Amino acid sequence: MSVIVFTENWEGKFKKSTFEALSYGAEVAKMLGTTVTALAIGEISDSDLKLLGNYGATKVLSVKNAKLNSFVAQPYSAIIAEAAQKENAKAVIISYTYTGKAIAGRVAIKLNAGLAAGASALPSSASPFTVRKKCFSGKGIADVVITTDIKVIALTPNAYQVNTGSGEAAVETFQPTIKDTDFSLVSKEVKKTSGKVVLTEAEIVVSGGRGLKGAENWGMVEELAELLGAATACSKPVADVGWRPHHEHVGQTGITIGPNLYFAIGISGAIQHLAGVSSSKVIVAINTDPEAPFFKAADYGIVGDAFEVVPKLIEEIKKLKQAHH
Amino acid sequence: MKILVCISHVPDTTTRISFTDNKALNVTGVQFIINPYDEIALTRALELKETIGGTVTVINVGTSATEPTVRKALAIGADDAIRINAEPTDAFFVASLIAETAKKNQYDIILTGRESIDYNSAQVATMIAELLDLPCITVATKLDVSGSEATLEREVDGGKEVLSVTLPFVASAQKGMAEPRIPNMRGIMSARTKPLLVEEPSATKIFTNVAGYELPPAKQACKLISKDNVAELVNLLHTEAKAI
Repeated sequence: MSVIVFTENWEGKFKKSTFEALSYGAEVAKMLGTTVTALAIGEISDSDLKLLGNYGATKVLSVKNAKLNSFVAQPYSAIIAEAAQKENAKAVIISYTYTGKAIAGRVAIKLNAGLAAGASALPSSASPFTVRKKCFSGKGIADVVITTDIKVIALTPNAYQVNTGSGEAAVETFQPTIKDTDFSLVSKEVKKTSGKVVLTEAEIVVSGGRGLKGAENWGMVEELAELLGAATACSKPVADVGWRPHHEHVGQTGITIGPNLYFAIGISGAIQHLAGVSSSKVIVAINTDPEAPFFKAADYGIVGDAFEVVPKLIEEIKKLKQAHH
Repeated sequence: MKILVCISHVPDTTTRISFTDNKALNVTGVQFIINPYDEIALTRALELKETIGGTVTVINVGTSATEPTVRKALAIGADDAIRINAEPTDAFFVASLIAETAKKNQYDIILTGRESIDYNSAQVATMIAELLDLPCITVATKLDVSGSEATLEREVDGGKEVLSVTLPFVASAQKGMAEPRIPNMRGIMSARTKPLLVEEPSATKIFTNVAGYELPPAKQACKLISKDNVAELVNLLHTEAKAI
């Protein structure tokens, strides 16, 4: 018996969401009285593979094959399912990232398993196996009961903490069956669109709305983000008029995020916008209008002009950084 | 070219969600719409039909309550519709019923929205693809077809990926693939007489159920800080919220 955790990497380095999934998987394994086997696909150094033990893996199955160095959903799904069968897995944990979304459903079907897509917390009970997830785009919560023997959980990034311990995982080479017919999708090119920080994985997000009056005023948003190691985002109207690219649009019809800290600058807080950011742990709203709905959803707020407040905020954060340097 | 577009009947984006006894969505006063991402998929399907010919069929898994939503898809321009007469329970249930119908009719392209804005599982497309052993391009922002080949662009973490695929395939649509259209009067009139086939569901397995629903916990009141005391905000974020 085991819990399988699929570990995603980006150019050979594991992502933070992977450490979250392993930490989560370790707790699920405890509930089920078993251990975690991590599955890693791609060229990753042995030392990095062993270090997965620090996050709860007892064993690592390592798949290295030149055909698998970039992600393709069908063969990856087949490998995860084969690993789950080989390890007699009771649960499979996948991060609910773009990659995870492309494979979770396939893995579940291959294993005849029920799927909780977008889990936001640990299972509240092992029998019946119940997992909480957001629904209605963050406006509701559902307790999903998986009734199959094997359970597949796709865990929302930033929803579970990283638990770091010490342990070295035993690395085993795994040579799965690879079907050529699973490679009918041909990747032509990957274009990087975001800055240094990936929006869906960012700990801090600095977001601007119509209150910023024009594309030319985003300098201070970018400066604040840079200072905090944050990703930048925007509201729907801003993306619609083209001040910012669509891939920065957060909200019900854009990207859903759940960072530790979300700055909403000059965003009124329409219900559709709030749906996309309501999972943020701490929300700061800056708006000239004291009646802006965002002040009902925020933890901290400043009623004031962004053009006055944001430069001061940058100054104060610089001071804080210097004091702690 | 035969295109199938899967549409979901969901509460309008402005809906204030509430639940009846924590067991089901309270539908009183709720306006239902075509899931916005499905509408993007439908629009792109119609654009492709207009340039290269073919038919666009919409399919929905739902009770008779979803018929106005299905008719709206016909008014926007779909040629015909199939409604599988069942209350959808989860992504697998919906995907397996759609896959059954798709097997009979052999579509060249099957499109869904990137996710439904009600249950947000984002898995119907991948599951249909798996059941039909087809490739699937998730969260696609572009779709072009030339002969039996298609080129798509999809979102990946931190960027976009350009892919090519041979028909048939499944894709889920994200914003950018097309701009939704407002149905015109001619469309609305003709929608009344377009074929809407109601099929009874085949037996399908049930793998999950929902034990209950809740609203997210209410937020604590917002701490307002004077605009002349930004230092206090930074201090609170550092010492109280421990967020910076």
